[in-house]
Amino acid sequence: MFMRRFSVVMLLLVLTGFTFIMAGPRAGLLVMIGLGFGLVLEGLRFGFAGPWRMIVTDRDGRGLIAQFIAIALLAAVAFPLMAANPQELNGAHAPVGLAMILGAFVFGAAMQLVMGCGSGTLINAGSGNLVGLIALAGFIIGSFAGTVHLGWWTGLATLPVMSLQGMLGAQGGLIVTLAGLAALAVITALRAAPGKRLPPARLWWAAALIAALALANLVVAGQPWGIVYGLGLWGAKIAQAGGADVGALAFWAAPGNAERLGASILTDVTSLTNIGLLVGAFAVMRWRSDPGAPAQALTAGTYGWVVLAGVVLGYSARLAFGCNVGAFFSGISTGSLHGWVWMVAAFAGSMLGIRLRPHMLRPAFARGVAA
Amino acid sequence: MTGFRMMSRPVVGGLALGLVLVILALDLARSGAPDLFAAPAPFALGSGEAPTGAHCTGS
Repeated sequence: MFMRRFSVVMLLLVLTGFTFIMAGPRAGLLVMIGLGFGLVLEGLRFGFAGPWRMIVTDRDGRGLIAQFIAIALLAAVAFPLMAANPQELNGAHAPVGLAMILGAFVFGAAMQLVMGCGSGTLINAGSGNLVGLIALAGFIIGSFAGTVHLGWWTGLATLPVMSLQGMLGAQGGLIVTLAGLAALAVITALRAAPGKRLPPARLWWAAALIAALALANLVVAGQPWGIVYGLGLWGAKIAQAGGADVGALAFWAAPGNAERLGASILTDVTSLTNIGLLVGAFAVMRWRSDPGAPAQALTAGTYGWVVLAGVVLGYSARLAFGCNVGAFFSGISTGSLHGWVWMVAAFAGSMLGIRLRPHMLRPAFARGVAA
Repeated sequence: MTGFRMMSRPVVGGLALGLVLVILALDLARSGAPDLFAAPAPFALGSGEAPTGAHCTGS
C-alpha cells in the first residue's frame, strides 16, 4: 500500500516537474490545475453526465444543483474580473447557430450512451473504465473530424457571438446569470424527490473546489476551462504523424490554430489541463485501497456502439463549440448566450440518450457492475 | 471479449496513461520541445498580454 501510494505521489511530481522544465511555469501551473480537476472530480465523485441522468430517472437533483452552485460561484468572480481585465482574460463566448444546437443535442444523447461528457470521458479512462478509454479514442477522432467540416456546418445559419455582458453590462449580465441559475435550481428541487434535493457536504466541497480551480484556470491561462479543443488537437497531431496534410484544412490554417498545430501540445492550455485531469483520476484510483471492480464486459456489438458514440461525442462537441465544460460550465459562468442554449439542447438530447442506452449498451453477462 | 473482461481498473488506467504518452512522444518528435525563452508569463492576469491559447469555443 505504502509503495503504491508513494509511486502515485511520484507520478504527480514527475508530471508537474517535467512540464515546468519542458514548457515553463504557465504550463506547469496548468498541469497542476488539471491534476486538481482530476482529483476533485474522481475523488469527490462530481460529474456532469450522471446528474443529468439522475434527475430524469431517479428524481435525484443533488448533483445537478451542485453543478449550478459551482457555475454561480465562478460567475460571481469571473464577471467582474473579466470586466476589469478585458485585454488579458477571455470568456468562453461562441455563436448560437443551427449546427451548434444540433451538435449540443447529439452530444447530450451520446454522452448518456458512454456515461461521460468531455471531462467524464477523460476521468473514466484515467480511473480504469474500459468504456471510457474506448470512448476517449473515439472522442479524439471525432473532435478532429469535426474540425474538418466545421466551416460547412457553421455556414448553415449562425448568429453573431452574443454575451450577457455585451447585452446588459457586466453587472446586469451577472445578475441575470445568477438569477437564471437560481431559477434552474428551484425547478430542479421541485422536480426532485424529497430527500434528493439538498446536495450532501461532499458535493458542496466539490462545487467550491471546481469553481476555485476553474477560476485559477482563467487567471493562469487567460481563458476558461475547456476540453474539446485539446482532444481535437491530439487527433490532428496523430493525423499529421500519419502523413495527412492537416495544415491545409481551413480550421487548422487559421492563425491561432496553425500556431497550436505547429507547436508542442505542452504549449496548448486545454491539452495541459486534459493531461492533468486524466492523470489525476488515475492517481485517485491507484490511491484507493480498492480500485473498484472493472466495468462489466459488454457484447462485441456494444463495444462497436461505444466507439461510434465516442466519435459522435467528439464530432458533435466540435460543432456545439464545446462540451459540458467548455460550453455549459465555462460558457454560462463567463456570460456566453450559447452556454444557455447549449444546456437546453443538450438536456433534450440527454433525455433521448437515456432512453436509447438500455437498447444499445448490452452486457455480455446478466450480472456485474454496469459500465 | 474475454481479454477485455479480465482487464482490471489499474490495467485500463495504465493503458489510458500509455495513450497520452504515445501522443506526447509523437508530438515531441514532430514539433520539438517548446522554446523556454518564448514561454509566456506564469499568469495571464497581470501579464499585460492578450491570451494566446485556443479554446473549444473558437472557430
